[in-house]
Amino acid sequence: MKRILVSIKRVVDYNVRIRVKPDGSGVITDGVKMSINPFDEIALEEALRIKEKGLAEEVVAVSIGPADCQQQLRTALAMGADRAIHVQTDAIIEPLTAAQVLKALADREQPILAILGKQAIDDDCSQTGQMLAALWQRPQATFASKVEVDGDKARVTREVDAGLETLEVDLPAVITTDLRLNEPRYVKLPDIMKAKKKPLDSIEPASLGVTPTEVVKAVHFEPPASRSKGSMVKDAQELVAALRSKGLV
Amino acid sequence: MAKVLIVAEHDGSKLNPATAKCVACASQIAGAEISIAVFAANPTPVAAQAAALQGVVQVHTVAHPLHAQPMAATIAPQLAELAAGHSHVFGPSTTFGKDLMPRVAALLGAPQISDVMAAESATRFKRPIYAGNAIITVEIPADRQVVATVRVASYQPVAAQAASASIVAVNPAASVPTHTRFVSVTAARSDRPDLQTASKVVSGGRALGSAENFQILYSLADRLGAAVGASRAAVDAGYAANDMQVGQTGKIIAPELYLAFGISGAIQHLTGIKDARTIVAINKDAEAPIFEVADIGLVGDLFQIVPEIEKLIAQSN
Repeated sequence: MKRILVSIKRVVDYNVRIRVKPDGSGVITDGVKMSINPFDEIALEEALRIKEKGLAEEVVAVSIGPADCQQQLRTALAMGADRAIHVQTDAIIEPLTAAQVLKALADREQPILAILGKQAIDDDCSQTGQMLAALWQRPQATFASKVEVDGDKARVTREVDAGLETLEVDLPAVITTDLRLNEPRYVKLPDIMKAKKKPLDSIEPASLGVTPTEVVKAVHFEPPASRSKGSMVKDAQELVAALRSKGLV
Repeated sequence: MAKVLIVAEHDGSKLNPATAKCVACASQIAGAEISIAVFAANPTPVAAQAAALQGVVQVHTVAHPLHAQPMAATIAPQLAELAAGHSHVFGPSTTFGKDLMPRVAALLGAPQISDVMAAESATRFKRPIYAGNAIITVEIPADRQVVATVRVASYQPVAAQAASASIVAVNPAASVPTHTRFVSVTAARSDRPDLQTASKVVSGGRALGSAENFQILYSLADRLGAAVGASRAAVDAGYAANDMQVGQTGKIIAPELYLAFGISGAIQHLTGIKDARTIVAINKDAEAPIFEVADIGLVGDLFQIVPEIEKLIAQSN
């Protein structure tokens, strides 16, 4: 079966203003809204579109983390994923561990594509997709803004610093999604009802031969250095004068 | 003792300034021995520039026709091999480095620290998380090899000097895979400075209203010798090319002067500019969050103000 694996990370919602705990032990996440990482939503949308074009037959959503991740997996199923796998653990999951889990699942599920968000908006690491590609010894096309699947190959346009780069990769391959790849669909109420009947397997990392290890220890959290509020000018003339006095024009 | 291997970013003839910034980051580690790896079809011109960077003791060159186009899949196995014996492997936090370094880290079984903004020691690093709304200090065990990307906006490039480091051609045994093939790159070629390294940046938001209206910013930028950037809203609306996007998911920049026209200042955008020396905000909405971080603010209609600024600057020159 032509299958696409999509990873779903549960993160603090995009619109939440993050605050650091006063004692520097972390950021405040109690009671804040949690969502699917926006880049992962784009990854899922792309997988669904590839399936809807008849180029894949099944979309499998995977999330790694505590029991609450099942909420995001249910949303993924409501969006259109066919089934979900929850790799349940309360351990801190570093990108390399996540990649090891996904590699084990890739071996089991034999997908033609693994599509991941280019980064998670909580830790902003931007590592897991590339690490999965390395462990899986498959091509990677990161920061994708266009994906064309053609037989046993895919042509991927990437957003790079210089502009747009196009790569051709043999399948299976890993793709990570950039912002403008697509606009994810909204979930409709009947889909939410239907999603409740779709299969959601819960397994443990150990069953995939992975033991989460914490190598990078968080020592301290602090708010960023704040910029002091500057002054207001009343027109362009004052503005240019101010810039000139600073030697900037 | 720390031994840092830095992968050079270049276009085949010129070394990207991001590489000298990685050297600056590595130099924060006391007593670090710094070397640079250059992957290219013909590494000679780039290797000479890398060898001149202050603090670099050795440059390794790997010549291969497939390295004419830098690709993570082709460079990673060879870079991982060269990394043996090095405690740290660094690359820039540009799309080149972000693509490549995690692949190297996974091949090495090493953790990666992304976007290092300060190396406090060989094992302790600071990096931004949550779009820069928090800074985390992390510690890795001293006996672990570590891979990192360097947040280029946090560093000034080290200087070039006359004395040159030794240049050694190496031939890694790791084979170069062919499962990933370069097809093309379309760069919006312009005579303007590069957005990532420009000392002045003129930037526009959704308020510009169209791609045509962006012309007034290009015109002002040319007068100032500035690069042109854009907010995510402007790029999403199709007013500006995607490589112009400044912010959490676009480019993180640190120019001397940042002029923001019609940009409201979403936190994701502010992340991309908080290291700018002087931020100037021009916006119709006096309540726009951008004014909270601007050094100089002006409430008004940008379509009037932009040409006025250009005229005033033209008069003085």
